[in-house]
Amino acid sequence: MSKKVILCRCEDVTLADVQHAVALGWADLEEVKRYTGFGTGPCQGKECLRAVALAIAAAAGRAPATIAPFTTRPPLVPTELKYFAAPEGVPEPDE
Amino acid sequence: MSERKVTLPGAADIAIIGAGVMGLALAYNLAAAGARRVVVLDAHYLAWGASGRNGGGVRQQWSTEMNIRLMQESLEICAGFAQEMGINIWMRQGGYLFLARTEATRARLESSIALQNRCGLPTRMIDLREARELVPELETEARGAGTPPFAGACFNPTDAIVFPWPFVWGYARAAQKRGVAIHTGTAVTAIERSAGGDFTVHTSRGALVAARVVNAAGAWSPEVARLAGVELPDWPERHEILSTEPLKPFLRPMVSVLESGLYFSQSLRGEIVGGITLPDPREQQVRLGSRLRFLRAMASALVQVMPRLGDVKVVRQWAGPYDMSPDGDPIVGEAPGLPGFFLCCGFVGHGFMMAPVVARYYARHLLGLETHPLFTAWSAARFAGGAGGGGARREHMNIG
Repeated sequence: MSKKVILCRCEDVTLADVQHAVALGWADLEEVKRYTGFGTGPCQGKECLRAVALAIAAAAGRAPATIAPFTTRPPLVPTELKYFAAPEGVPEPDE
Repeated sequence: MSERKVTLPGAADIAIIGAGVMGLALAYNLAAAGARRVVVLDAHYLAWGASGRNGGGVRQQWSTEMNIRLMQESLEICAGFAQEMGINIWMRQGGYLFLARTEATRARLESSIALQNRCGLPTRMIDLREARELVPELETEARGAGTPPFAGACFNPTDAIVFPWPFVWGYARAAQKRGVAIHTGTAVTAIERSAGGDFTVHTSRGALVAARVVNAAGAWSPEVARLAGVELPDWPERHEILSTEPLKPFLRPMVSVLESGLYFSQSLRGEIVGGITLPDPREQQVRLGSRLRFLRAMASALVQVMPRLGDVKVVRQWAGPYDMSPDGDPIVGEAPGLPGFFLCCGFVGHGFMMAPVVARYYARHLLGLETHPLFTAWSAARFAGGAGGGGARREHMNIG
């Protein structure tokens, strides 16, 4: 059953993947992220972080409150590169 | 992987500080060659440091024979990784395309290629038409004030990229299977050398006595060395990187512009992943914050060389530290004046790709089986006169 429960839709990470990671000793959200790739897709964990945290807590027998979230990376939402690019070539490095 | 619930062993033959790809690959090679009682210590979790933060490039295009030959062997190890370790590292051998904006850079590429060809690499200069065939959507003409068109390009089809994370835990798992104890969440706090020559390594989780210690802490290696009273000439430098939304596969080679240090590739997951060099004042401590300054420079450079990427969304940016050395070459072997304390650091942003081969020779060196010219060329003794030692920069294809 857990093989069919998808926790991270961007990267197709299932409940079974998370349980497997915990069984291997990957205990924290950051470690499970690096093992399964969850939270690295377009939603950047906004949809799946809570579900994966709860799955880790259940699999590891820990209180959910002891699972810290992973580092949030900019930008806040996926954004087209053109909005950050200088219109005329590359800006001076020490602008 | 983490052994935080397992008690730290009281003694080890070799204690490796730093569970990055270098330390883990060394531990694996030591254990595979028959070494017992090898312990790896790390303050954080696996893939937390630069080994989990890099672009995954594995190239053989260098300008010194040492680096070319080592990387030819490293690439062979990478190609056999899945079979040897039973782990898919998402390797893709799409080649590396280097672009030069100036005639001077183009001339340097040509002389490097002559050397690479003598070493058996099929690298060649290509014209810009062929570059555009290799890299769809590449803009080779002048675009924007002050940026000339490209003056030349070279391509080696056998260079590759890998996905760093499985590479790191692949070495970790293979090392553990062979008896290596990996202790993450275990910060080294002090290193004492006894009169008998053993080291007592104090950690946040207790002490351990080791006959030999290897400092493989990357950008943190100067801090680790200082705990043993050793001053190293390397220093950390923040480099940033970003990743876009996944795209349909269209880009085979890694693309790099030598003057700006821009590099980008399409991972097997479909994302465009890349970075660019930003000049920064020298820091004493590792800094891992992400900056808008990088995002602007990177977005500008990417859109300049591939305008259509302007409509592609960046989903995340992050930082990782390079471990810089004064002359651009690594620092290996015993620390001068402290027998038994070994260094494996100063890899200037290419430690990840060099780890497979360096660790192979380092293990043989430590076990007294074989040595390699790298232990002479990259010896810390070259800095005996201070950080200005080491002489002229030999390798000019350190990028990123």
